[in-house]
Amino acid sequence: MHTNFKVNEVPQVEVRDIWKRFGSDDVLKGVSLKAYNHDVISIIGSSGSGKSTLLRCINYLEIPDAGSIFIDGEPIKMKRNRDGRLVPAERAQVCRLRTKVSMVFQNFNLWSHMTVLQNLIEAPMRVLKRPRHEAVEYAELLLQKVGIAEKRDEYPARLSGGQQQRVAIARALAMMPQVLLLDEITSALDPELVGEVLNVIRSLAAEGRTMIIVTHEMKFAREVSNLVIFLNEGVICEAGPPQKVFESQETERLRAFLSST
Amino acid sequence: MILNLIYESMPQLLKSSILTIHLTCISLIIGACLALPLALGRLSKNRWVAGFSFAYVYYFRGTPLLVQIFLIYYGLPQIGLTLDAYTSALLSLSLNTAAYTAEIIRGGIQAVAAGEIESAHAMGLNRAQVLRRIILPQMIGFALPAYGNEIILQIKATSLASTITLMDLTGMARTLAAETYAPLEIFCAAGIIYLVMVFSTSKLVTWMERRSTVYRC
Repeated sequence: MHTNFKVNEVPQVEVRDIWKRFGSDDVLKGVSLKAYNHDVISIIGSSGSGKSTLLRCINYLEIPDAGSIFIDGEPIKMKRNRDGRLVPAERAQVCRLRTKVSMVFQNFNLWSHMTVLQNLIEAPMRVLKRPRHEAVEYAELLLQKVGIAEKRDEYPARLSGGQQQRVAIARALAMMPQVLLLDEITSALDPELVGEVLNVIRSLAAEGRTMIIVTHEMKFAREVSNLVIFLNEGVICEAGPPQKVFESQETERLRAFLSST
Repeated sequence: MILNLIYESMPQLLKSSILTIHLTCISLIIGACLALPLALGRLSKNRWVAGFSFAYVYYFRGTPLLVQIFLIYYGLPQIGLTLDAYTSALLSLSLNTAAYTAEIIRGGIQAVAAGEIESAHAMGLNRAQVLRRIILPQMIGFALPAYGNEIILQIKATSLASTITLMDLTGMARTLAAETYAPLEIFCAAGIIYLVMVFSTSKLVTWMERRSTVYRC
């Protein structure tokens, strides 16, 4: 079913049969996916289908109840704690692997007590131990790229939603990640600000960045991705290249979902 | 009322208020050092740590400071641990403010947006870095208004040290009142000094508050 299968290449992200339950609610029921270098994968589905949970499991903001995650071929080591729940065995490993997959959030989540520039250099300096001048230099380059170089000394509260989200994208890129995870990054924006953020993502896709995108923007998903995954009630219901998913659906569920958006 | 007496008692009262300021500052510093681990303890998932912090806060907020002072000054010698008046006062003031400050810090930590903490974890910062770089700097802004109040309460609480023979501002006022038979003038003078201390503290805190939250415009 997956059309991005490649022989002899280690996927940058591999999700293998993960399950996640919140209370009595099974949110993910055995989901697997692989993201290879240069893949742009869009995950679509109605709210509550488990899209965001899947994305959050990839960098361990949510810990799956079962199944495994590989980042760049390296599995995240797990152990059972006293209550019998799976938890990461080494926090340091999780921190290290998170530097390879950067996440951009729906609500930007910029650090409000830091200026734009400080937001961009914090993690590279503290986590990657890069010298300040290098981090600043790269941060300024990224700010130019997302088109807000002139706002480098502003606090996030002074920026519009679209500007904040572009800063958040730059902050994620500052870690030089192998994969970008984008979690409904335009959902909290005013309609007229959506375009500026999507344009940034378009240019990243054109550069060949590996991205996994959870989105409600169907036109956008169709345009940038090479693989579209339709998640329904915690399972992958249909997956394939955008033409196939958007034009010749195999399942009634996907047809119904697409006609409702 | 003899206004002259207020004026004449000032030098001695001012000299004794050095002890008041000293007790306030040192106990606030010790209290703040104890309060941070206590606040983190209250938020800990470990039952024992959380339980200890809760019990500590519960005891020191639930009993009068005067009782705590007496317990240390008069009570401890009974089990062979005799502390002088100064140490007893400083110790009880510190332990007491630690409990209140811990609750203020806990509130400040909980006011930090969960999303900002989450994004810090997602960027690979470890727990200590998230605490030091993201949570604590913002906590200070959230906690300052309540903490300013705590400082003012602490200035006034030091007057209880006079009950165990210390010559702080209140202690000196009591002595002078007994000597002059003019408690009205003397205690008015002491009250004026307390007011000046409290007023300048609250001005200072307001200024710090503005400075620590410039980013929230």
